Amino acid sequence: MASYSISVNGKAHTVTADADTPLLWVLRDHLNYVGTKYGCGIGQCGACTVHIDGNATRSCSINVAELGEKSVVTIEGLAPNGDHPVQKAWKEVDVPQCGYCQAGQIMTAASFLEKNPSPSTSEIRQAMHGNICRCGAYNGIEKAVKLAAKSQ
Amino acid sequence: MKKQEQNGFSRRGFLKTASLVSGGMLIGFNFFTSCDSDTPLEAVDLNSLNFNEFNAYIQISNEGKVKIFSPNPEIGQGVKTSMPMLIAEELDVPWEDVLVVQGKWDTDHFQNQYAGGSEGIKKAWEPLRQTGATAKQMLINAAAARWSVDASECHVENGIIIHTSGKKIGYGEVAVEAANLEIPEGLSLKEPKDFKIIGQEIGNVDIDAIITGKPLFGLDYKEEGMVYAHVLRPPAFGQTLVDYEDSETRKTTGVLDVISFGDKIAIIAENNWAAMKGKKALSTNWDSTNATESTDFHNAKLYAQLNGPLTEANGYTTMRSDGDVIQAFVDADKVVKRIYSTPFKPHNCMEPMNFFADVTEEKVRLVGPIQTPTWTANRVAELLDRDIQEIDLRMTRMGGGFGRRLYGDFALEAAEISNRIGKPVQVVFSREDDMTAGTYRPAVKYQIEASIKNNKLTGYQLREAGITDNMYSLIPNFFPQGSFENYKVDVANYQSNITVGAWRAPVTNFHAVAEQSFFDELAKELDVDPVKLRKELITNAKSSPSEERLYEPDRLIGVIDLVVEKSNFGNPAPGRFQGFASYFCHNTHVAEVAEIEMENGFPMVKKVYCAIDCGIVVNPLGAQNQVRGGIIDGIGAAMYGELKFVDGKPQSRNFHNYRMIRMMETPEIEIHFVDSNVAPTGLGEPALPPVGAAVNNAIYAATGKRLTSIPFIQHFV
Ligand code: FES
Ligand code: FES
Repeated sequence: MASYSISVNGKAHTVTADADTPLLWVLRDHLNYVGTKYGCGIGQCGACTVHIDGNATRSCSINVAELGEKSVVTIEGLAPNGDHPVQKAWKEVDVPQCGYCQAGQIMTAASFLEKNPSPSTSEIRQAMHGNICRCGAYNGIEKAVKLAAKSQ
Repeated sequence: MKKQEQNGFSRRGFLKTASLVSGGMLIGFNFFTSCDSDTPLEAVDLNSLNFNEFNAYIQISNEGKVKIFSPNPEIGQGVKTSMPMLIAEELDVPWEDVLVVQGKWDTDHFQNQYAGGSEGIKKAWEPLRQTGATAKQMLINAAAARWSVDASECHVENGIIIHTSGKKIGYGEVAVEAANLEIPEGLSLKEPKDFKIIGQEIGNVDIDAIITGKPLFGLDYKEEGMVYAHVLRPPAFGQTLVDYEDSETRKTTGVLDVISFGDKIAIIAENNWAAMKGKKALSTNWDSTNATESTDFHNAKLYAQLNGPLTEANGYTTMRSDGDVIQAFVDADKVVKRIYSTPFKPHNCMEPMNFFADVTEEKVRLVGPIQTPTWTANRVAELLDRDIQEIDLRMTRMGGGFGRRLYGDFALEAAEISNRIGKPVQVVFSREDDMTAGTYRPAVKYQIEASIKNNKLTGYQLREAGITDNMYSLIPNFFPQGSFENYKVDVANYQSNITVGAWRAPVTNFHAVAEQSFFDELAKELDVDPVKLRKELITNAKSSPSEERLYEPDRLIGVIDLVVEKSNFGNPAPGRFQGFASYFCHNTHVAEVAEIEMENGFPMVKKVYCAIDCGIVVNPLGAQNQVRGGIIDGIGAAMYGELKFVDGKPQSRNFHNYRMIRMMETPEIEIHFVDSNVAPTGLGEPALPPVGAAVNNAIYAATGKRLTSIPFIQHFV
């Protein structure tokens, strides 16, 4: 066990954990940021997506020791009032069904639009292809990403 | 031990009311209770309620705001939004003034607290509207009494009671008085044309919490002193635990304890990662004598049943028999016969199974995602030999259910472990646990035969051979029952040690694929239009004498005509190929047309048209989501998913080797609801079953290949 200083949503935290602890579990179990979800633990579903230095990253696939100085943003910190254009679009389209995958979907979409503010439909579909939604909310996700791109 | 099952409906115990300590009015949902109708509920300060203290009432605050406790578990089917809409409609309050809270599991006050079978809205339609109407009448009566006028001279607009003289008063101001009045009976409900909330597009009530990552789901639940348990279960079905060595596990940082129960070993730890690591470090010996079942073995068993005689000795039960199918087949010019197969499928809810339990001497507290709170609470009471009154179960939002959360095995594990270690504990399944621990959609084969004489259909016979479970008794009375003079359905199963259960649209999810693919084939064989053939058969059923037919022919023809028109069926764009299917299940009539394109030799579903008759659409926004989700799920199930076994061991463990449908495989979906004034039926399941057949029929149009086994993708590699 070692002590790590990590920055989450602009706040500095000290975490005592084994070096191999995935960021996902540090966020959920140590720091209580439960908005980031566990879906597969092997980088296959995208439920755990957070931003690390602005890049959408699967928090299950990076461990606390690898994180170093990089700063982490979770769904809780995406926008102070939950009013990021992507969140607003999600609400307007009423995307979620069960809602479990949606934090990961939103974090993926937000980082994608940062890099590609006016994407084509097929770029959106490719960008979101890595995030599984068992409820099949994909049509709504596609529509909301388009809407967010327009409103940004 | 005292058991508690859900009470039957009784008018007498319609409502209980009480004043609130903080002012305002409480209206209990205990319209189902048959006892104690005149005992008022205790006054409670609802403002002090928090996540740990759910309760079962409508609350009207002094300011006129309304808090509605939604009774049923929310698995993503939208009842937490649509059920309160029913109350708010008759209560006549603006939706903006309504705050919705998840109701507690409470058999004294609620009925039908489960999620499954697409029945929530159907069963809630009358009673929840009655609840709203009753509360409204009591509030009017209170205002009338205060003004000394006749209640019939008052009406309500947006939560404001208005007298013919123009006097007005808000609900909040008379709530306390209203709570002490007698409960009116025999109230009439609104006509559909007067609906203000029902039929409106109302967004998910949990939307803000979902998009900002607030704790909502079972896995998000935490409390002081809680520990985590990950359980090692036998890796293969049929294996039993011989012994295990846990010294490495116990050395793992964060691991607190290792215990075994039955053939399972639980690793108790301070956090999930420690439990996962500790689990990997266990060494175990399993007895594999009975772990023998592989997919090849299952196939052989099911084929043997299909090829064998239709006798009890061969495991068959006759579900329905009309006329004389055998004679029809003997007399036929031709008998068309096909066998359709589905493999096992895991549910793969995005939120893996989990449950919290805290077993103490005073009570047993359970918190988590569950579709069947009553059933589960009773099983826990049995397991721990406790009175049901000592069980306190709270439902969290569920990260999907799809049938998996009907089975409370995970809650029983949590109760067992907490009881042994004397601590509050959350049992968490890893994805691998979730996919390999069982309760699958069982592998099934259907053999369907139809006889043709003088280019007319004369007989229809369906045999099902399935692993462990069989179709429920309703299905033989769906289409095409009544369409054929000679009609027979028989089922058999092989009892396996692999556990099986309901999977979204149980049985029908593949029965529809088989049956509606087969009718396409028959249309080809008879050289008639596939839609015309279905309509003729449905029309036959209208004049057949059977009262047992469960679908309504006119409604089924209605959706068929609608989807044909909207999709311009028969005239696809160049490069597109269309397939049609229609089906009735879960009380809802559906017809769908799938359009595919071939891309690099693979079929890609590009568009699905769906016409659906579910009666009144309570919340079009939620309804669209349910139908879309069902269609996408149905395509995923038909195209991609497959769970195989070798010597009892599931061969898929996580999403790297179990293929789920993803964004780029998702078609555009166009939904048309039939305009209707009929009481609503469910939507969580009915759109799913036919789509696999529509896709299959489109694949035939594109390739000339008649696929008889899912996942379809295996035929294109
Ligand atoms: S939990 Fe990280 S990708 Fe699935
Ligand atoms: S909304 Fe349920 S998994 Fe995506």
